[in-house]
Amino acid sequence: MKNNAPGVETSTRFPNGRPENEQPPWRHDFPIDWPEDSYVARRDYAKFLVLTSLAFFVGQLSIGLQSLWRRSRGKPPIQKVAQFAQIPVGGVFPFNYPGRHDPCLLLRPAEGPLVAYSQKCTHLSCAVVPRMEQGELHCPCHVGSFDLANGRPLAGPPRRPLPRVVLEIRGNVIYATGVEERTT
Amino acid sequence: MVPDNHLFFIDPNRCIGCQACVHACSECDTHKGHSMIHLEYVDRPHSVQTIPVVCMHCNSPTCAEVCPADAIKRTGDGVVQSARKPRCIACNNCVLACPFGVPKMNVGFELMMKCDMCYDRTSSGLKPMCATVCPSGALAFGTVEQFEHERPRSEPLNRFRFGQQEVTTRVRMMVPRGGQVEHLDVTSLMDDSTPSHCIPTDALVATLYRDEDES
Repeated sequence: MKNNAPGVETSTRFPNGRPENEQPPWRHDFPIDWPEDSYVARRDYAKFLVLTSLAFFVGQLSIGLQSLWRRSRGKPPIQKVAQFAQIPVGGVFPFNYPGRHDPCLLLRPAEGPLVAYSQKCTHLSCAVVPRMEQGELHCPCHVGSFDLANGRPLAGPPRRPLPRVVLEIRGNVIYATGVEERTT
Repeated sequence: MVPDNHLFFIDPNRCIGCQACVHACSECDTHKGHSMIHLEYVDRPHSVQTIPVVCMHCNSPTCAEVCPADAIKRTGDGVVQSARKPRCIACNNCVLACPFGVPKMNVGFELMMKCDMCYDRTSSGLKPMCATVCPSGALAFGTVEQFEHERPRSEPLNRFRFGQQEVTTRVRMMVPRGGQVEHLDVTSLMDDSTPSHCIPTDALVATLYRDEDES
């Protein structure tokens, strides 16, 4: 509060008429003048830097711990999905894998091998709808589509491919043995 | 920055009540189409005299002192700004507290809007919008020397007393030179039936100070 407005006296600078050094301490924290309000002390700046970098460090640590925890969960169980005869050529068979709340689709395109993908769109987790004749999986929420043959995104907002369910055929029965999460 | 020697002068004697300042104010770029000038009628049944009321830009801004949200700030050159939109809580404290009755509450915006002396204009060397349009010079912007030369019969004052509170302002009020110091008893003017001995003499009395009155 050093720069007074031009042509004013200190006696009316504060409502109680006392000089600046006799003002209550809260005046220092809530100054009326803009330059003092936007002034950042060295200590405040150092505090900001330390706390921000601490927050970044904690964030990194939590990401590391999360991936450790994910690894320690182990592999998903082997689960019987369907009889081979249940799925005609061009047919779709919905199932849940690895958990009861992870919807997946088992697809049998006219050409190419049997494939299975998670049904959750990698954009915002809407359920994708297979379009066998176009050879794609369509997401109706934001008109995204994935390639039926490998699960990679073809159009729309999703950038990552659908998680692929690893299948194993033993005799006449189809088993799911794992989920392959891909980033590209 | 508004230059230190450039001051705003209000000369109520010259006001003709044309409302030009009121409309010019709403055209200022930063005022969002809202006028912040009050054109007050002094004694409407008996006189056509009007007074333009713009912010006096106090040395100790009462509006900012009472603001619980810390929303009213003054720039380094002594211009009290309108309330900051992110902070203003539309509590009306400033509207009630200002001794000059300047702040206006915009209920639709939930924001107090007051005269900021057209800070966008004055900080870049222009006059405030109202001072540029006033046809009679009741609102004028310039240096003290300029107005002492142009208006030798008026003198600029900037000290006021409201009860116990003494206010020094950046904006100057022009009064007839050598006139009497006016003591205005606000409560007795509001209510004729109030017995005068019930009024605390120094609680609600507005006074315009002259420099030689200082002890």
